[in-house]
Amino acid sequence: MTNDITRRDALALGISAAALATTGASAQTASNIKAADVPAPALPIEKGASLRMLRPVRFVKADEDVFRANAAKFTEKTGVEVKVDFVGWEDINQQTAVTSNSGAGPDIIIGFSDAPHIYVDKLIELTDVADYLDKRYGGWLNLAQKYGKRSKTNTWIGLPFGASGGPLIYRKSVLQSIGYDKAPDDHAGFLELCKKLQKAGKPAGFALGNAVGDGNGFASWLLWTHNACLLDEEGNVIINSKETIAALKYLKELYPTLIPGTPSWNDVSNNRAYSAQEISMTFNGVSLYFALKNDPATAAIAEDSEHQLVPKGLAPISPMGGLTLNAMVFKHSPYPNAAKAFLQFMLEKEQYEPWLNANSGYWSQPLAAYADAAVWSGDPKVKIFKDIMKSNYYNGYKGPISTATGAVNADYVLVQMCASVATDAATPEAAAAEAERRAKRYFRR
Amino acid sequence: MSVTTLPHRPHRTLVHRQPGWIVRLFDYKPFLIVMCLTPAIGLLTVFLTYPLGLGIWLAFTDTTIGRRGVFVGLENFQYLLSDPLWWNAVFYSVFYTAVATFGKFSLGFWLALLLNNHFPFKSLLRAIVLLPWIVPTVLSALAFWWIYDPQFSIISYLLVDVLHIRSTNIDFLGTAWPARFSLIAANIWRGIPFVAISLLAGLQTISPSLYEAAMLDGASAWQRFRFITFPMMLPILAIVMTFSIIFTFTDFQLVYAITRGGPVNSTHLLATLAFQRGIAGGELGEGAAIAVSMIPFLVFATLFSYFGLARRKWQQGEAND
Repeated sequence: MTNDITRRDALALGISAAALATTGASAQTASNIKAADVPAPALPIEKGASLRMLRPVRFVKADEDVFRANAAKFTEKTGVEVKVDFVGWEDINQQTAVTSNSGAGPDIIIGFSDAPHIYVDKLIELTDVADYLDKRYGGWLNLAQKYGKRSKTNTWIGLPFGASGGPLIYRKSVLQSIGYDKAPDDHAGFLELCKKLQKAGKPAGFALGNAVGDGNGFASWLLWTHNACLLDEEGNVIINSKETIAALKYLKELYPTLIPGTPSWNDVSNNRAYSAQEISMTFNGVSLYFALKNDPATAAIAEDSEHQLVPKGLAPISPMGGLTLNAMVFKHSPYPNAAKAFLQFMLEKEQYEPWLNANSGYWSQPLAAYADAAVWSGDPKVKIFKDIMKSNYYNGYKGPISTATGAVNADYVLVQMCASVATDAATPEAAAAEAERRAKRYFRR
Repeated sequence: MSVTTLPHRPHRTLVHRQPGWIVRLFDYKPFLIVMCLTPAIGLLTVFLTYPLGLGIWLAFTDTTIGRRGVFVGLENFQYLLSDPLWWNAVFYSVFYTAVATFGKFSLGFWLALLLNNHFPFKSLLRAIVLLPWIVPTVLSALAFWWIYDPQFSIISYLLVDVLHIRSTNIDFLGTAWPARFSLIAANIWRGIPFVAISLLAGLQTISPSLYEAAMLDGASAWQRFRFITFPMMLPILAIVMTFSIIFTFTDFQLVYAITRGGPVNSTHLLATLAFQRGIAGGELGEGAAIAVSMIPFLVFATLFSYFGLARRKWQQGEAND
């Protein structure tokens, strides 16, 4: 995937213009984004600087094209060569670990959510750039602040580039056929809906298997809507609480209404079952909708699908975490100013807005002003993804983000707590105690 | 003739007795030994001893991904002993190995006996039998993953939509025991060819004269199997079983690709649990400790099958009793 940017200048710029045209905003259209006139931090670029960066691979081709074109613009403007490598999602954590431990390799890595918090000792502070962008673009959204700042400080260690969330997606016609316009926001109503869906032969399905994204998404929703959470503000494990037990008891009622087999579901299972019309409701990112829409065989299903924020339950807002792209600059970089200038450049509206539009809703903005980007006035079914980063909820809510919060996620501690209750392998009390034991092990230091 | 050639000889040998220093160096035995062994020892050290040693060392530290650990002694092992998930993995690893090995050997031996007969297209059939073993494990695992899918299983489809025997799909992987046996079935399917072909090779070394003698004595087919085939096969059985047990106990790909240890950790083998804790969970030290905890089981299994099955003196090159 390695390509030398400079050689592709002309081509990439051409493609990016084409990509913009397809997403409904031509390159010539005046931007709606309001930017305050704030002095940019002084970042004298080091002599002879060149940069290497890694980022996760694209969802859509336009993402990569526009990103490369933006990087080429930076080279044109500053003379700093930028080499961008796109890395598979499964590999980016390992590559970050190696880069951080060996003190060599890329200057910048865009990792996922908690990565800067794991490698904080090896990173340079990005506070000046973050403060400038904060003032210029209407402020960082909640989730961006949570993932960008070192916990309990105002020191920025990561610059979020966007987030992707998993709201409710359902078949409009099926819900209408049993007398619903949308899914109810309260627990009792939602359970009633699931019961009726099951009776109608088109049940709901939520992953309870070892699925990093969907399984954790559902488990988190279940806990957060009951005001249960993994950690308190200080980082103590408080999963074994009466709220958790209430959540698990609710799951015990909900589970029989779901399609059979969800404890063995992985991340693709619900997409498949939804596409095959076996289920009529699930939690998923926007990728499912686009996959359906872009395939002529399933376009009708996409037409009949609606997104909705996940039910609130007892939570004050619809609780939804988001997988966040989070950029970090390593201390071992010989050109820290160039790296910071590059990230700042990429988040300025001339570059960021086309990139956001090119992603057609897969990623949503971390800075408030970009809510006016053209992408959110395109397909109305995608509009709901606009506010993903306004969420107060994140992995490890409501404690400080650390290595352990990611590990608890990756080791399915909460998913398995839910699955063991759903399948009658454990009582709610025993499952909560077991989850506490496992989580405490990860949080022991 | 010998008289005429004699005078030339001293001259020729004289030339041979004055080799260059390189030739002398290469004739020097200690030098040769060092030269020939260095690459092999180097490769073994770099690719075998070092990783193994590092793995064992990590098991005694609290290293995580992204953070160098410190020596913690037996802390990881003490935690594992108190961890029901580890005990669960130990139970399933032993159960999986025992049942799958039994299945593989009974079916594999049977298949080997069948293949040992004369029939048309013998070589072709023997080659086809090897297929499940040749296919990369991950591919066959993915095939089984579809076969066991809760919604799209071919077996459920046949039973429900074609034969109308059942009204609901079979939930292969959603509950503990069906998931465990589903994985064992996949492992047996995959392991049969190895056992069958190895045992077939063994069968072909048994001298036909033994069977002829037995037939003359009026031995039945069962007696011929019980008193000739089986004892003659014991040595190769011991070796093949040792390998099979090691492969099965350390299996990773099948389980990881089909269930990832689910539902609710009921199908974790020690290898998948080690990966889950060490790499996914980032606790390298604990993951290494789980991997190290497999060693005693493997040593025991190897010794058991080796000594349990190869006890006869003639198998060790001595006279028969």
